[in-house]
Amino acid sequence: MRSAPLTPVASSAARSLRQPRAVGWIALVLLALTVLPAVLPSYQVSVVTQVLIFSVLAMSIDILAGFAGRTSLGHGAIFGVSSYVAIYWTSTLGGDIWIGIALGILAATALAGVFAALAIRTSGVYFLLLTLALGMIVWGVCLRWTAVTGGENGLRGVGRPAFIADHASFYYAVLIIVAPLTWLMWRLVHSPFGLTLRGIRDSESRMRSLGYNVPLHLFVAFVLSGFLAGVAGGLYVLFNNFVSPSSVQLSQSVSALLMAITGGVGTLLGSFVGAAAIIVLENAVSAYTARWPSVLGIAFVLIMIFAPEGVVGRARLLFARRRSRYSKPDHPGG
Amino acid sequence: MDRRRFLKTTGLTLAAGAGVLSAPFLARAQAAPIRIGLMAPQTGVVAAGGREIIDGFSLFWESAGNQAGGRKVEIIVEDDASNPDTALQKARRLVEQAKVDMLFGNLLANTGLAVANYVKGNGTPYFIPVIAADDLTQRARIKNVIRAGGYSASQFSRPVADWALRQGYRRVAMISQDYTFGHEQCGGFAQTFTEGGGKVVGQFWHPLNTSDFSPYLGQLAGVKADVVFAMQTGADATRLIQQYASFGLKDQIPLLGSQNATDQSVIRTMGAECEGIVTSAHFAEGADLPATQAFVKTYSDKFSKIPSLYAFSHYVGAMWVAKAINAINGKVEDRDVFLDTVLKTDLPDSPLGKPVRFDDYGNPVYDVVIRKTMKNKDGKFWNVPIGGYPQVSQFWKYDPATYMKQPPYSRDFQGIKKT
Repeated sequence: MRSAPLTPVASSAARSLRQPRAVGWIALVLLALTVLPAVLPSYQVSVVTQVLIFSVLAMSIDILAGFAGRTSLGHGAIFGVSSYVAIYWTSTLGGDIWIGIALGILAATALAGVFAALAIRTSGVYFLLLTLALGMIVWGVCLRWTAVTGGENGLRGVGRPAFIADHASFYYAVLIIVAPLTWLMWRLVHSPFGLTLRGIRDSESRMRSLGYNVPLHLFVAFVLSGFLAGVAGGLYVLFNNFVSPSSVQLSQSVSALLMAITGGVGTLLGSFVGAAAIIVLENAVSAYTARWPSVLGIAFVLIMIFAPEGVVGRARLLFARRRSRYSKPDHPGG
Repeated sequence: MDRRRFLKTTGLTLAAGAGVLSAPFLARAQAAPIRIGLMAPQTGVVAAGGREIIDGFSLFWESAGNQAGGRKVEIIVEDDASNPDTALQKARRLVEQAKVDMLFGNLLANTGLAVANYVKGNGTPYFIPVIAADDLTQRARIKNVIRAGGYSASQFSRPVADWALRQGYRRVAMISQDYTFGHEQCGGFAQTFTEGGGKVVGQFWHPLNTSDFSPYLGQLAGVKADVVFAMQTGADATRLIQQYASFGLKDQIPLLGSQNATDQSVIRTMGAECEGIVTSAHFAEGADLPATQAFVKTYSDKFSKIPSLYAFSHYVGAMWVAKAINAINGKVEDRDVFLDTVLKTDLPDSPLGKPVRFDDYGNPVYDVVIRKTMKNKDGKFWNVPIGGYPQVSQFWKYDPATYMKQPPYSRDFQGIKKT
């Protein structure tokens, strides 16, 4: 995997948020998300819920890939461990679901800490392979430790609490968690901490000679990202009520990474576009043909050729180009 | 016409009009097609088996004119991608968007368990002709999940264990894929075999998709077993049988297997190396019964291959449920009546050639046949009955309540009797 498509185009993003127009757009999107359950049939609402949950996972990968320049293939495992712990707590031990989810997120964060301690001193393809290997270990454990994980058959949950049992109210519950979390992450990547991460991505040695503690910054970023993946895993438990090794396997990590890439690495909000594109495409295409994985594959190839910056990244580039073209005569300074 | 009368007559006319207008809708609702969601893996590791699920299932419905209980039957096929998360997603879509009246299918146990857990919450009838996970019709029974045409994993390995004891075998070595389906089949065998005075001299668990069995075969040869029991599915079964023969073990230690080890999906492409393996099942494609041979001929003519377990059990499952739908004149919307009727329906005329019925837990009771792989007149290998055990339930000779007190079979618990 080359690192070129992972180059972010977010330089103007922080500025554009401060513009009233951007705020208007965000308000519009939030409004649309709020009225969605009123206009969509219940199955589609569940698909949108799934999109939101996977957006969080894709976002967690984007924080590392887009802002710290570290592409992880182990996030599926972190995500899945959170689900496993939550379901094990509720089904096998008979505990409370909220405590279960909290424990799941805690476990995911701790696991991310372990991954980080082992992987942050590497970069590029070595980081990719190391996280891949760590993820495979988790998958192997989930598959073989039958007494705890149920092996191949996985674990079944006890269902959602009654007040979020139907699709619409669960959707709102997820939205209420995901929206502020997204805002927090947005603040984070545009904070001095986020800028430091970007500095590390662009030149690790320069940041080191400037006196920044590079490993510590990367460690914190990885742990935060793991926390986010853990939240996604916890929400997924409520959504799916089931976990099996397929939730921690490599393809889970890859599909979340593809969501981040499709939306645009380093754009953060692109994760939502990417997750929506992939999940909706999967649902729509598989209704018509059994060859839907091929269709998805071709779509990815086309995106990589024509919009390696991802959908959001591409759109931003186009907007930026148009704006500079129109504004040049008036403001020669740009 | 005074005001009151005007209101009254207008109201009546309108009401009558509404009644006339709505009548066709009611009639149409009655005659609306019965929608069945069939989930089969069309992509992923078991896609070949998924194809046969669709073939077997649609073969029955074509022969029934796509009708049951006076209503048309509409089948919506979805790909579960051999993945439990996808299976769940598709189940949700079939139930919530396509509004199916019932679900059928799935091949891998994990996909079936995921879907079963989902329908537990909403009561949609779900029929599982292939999913064999013991507990779905035992300790964790779900009322609306019925194994029409299917069997529970440990149900068929017990008769073959009993048969082995009768042949005088006393020391068995077992080699199996290391996952729940394998643990359960081996558990059934090991428990019956040791309770009957036999001894398990070794159990070897190998990961799914093992390409080289030589380390295991070497150990198998060393434990001085009278007989070997093999439990593999798909390509693993093909490889084990081939390597068992090429290591020369075939002539030294007789090989017994679970029903899937010599299923047509495995031995279809094989030669003499698969000859003489003894297994047990509810169905033997080489059985000399008119109903069985008629089915095998129809299927072979249409798809140019002998039907496998996947095709066969979905054909029988569809037949079973169709008979129940006929009995209630197509009123599948009343789920309680529908499920009760399915459970009460006996199937005397299926390709099994022998009558079958359900036990109290939604699992069929079969006349189990002991089968041996032999060459048929076309030079192909198939399973031919050499013995039988009438009326074998998933609980064998145990009392259901007592039986379910023991833990489910796993790697750690194989029901082996301590001596």
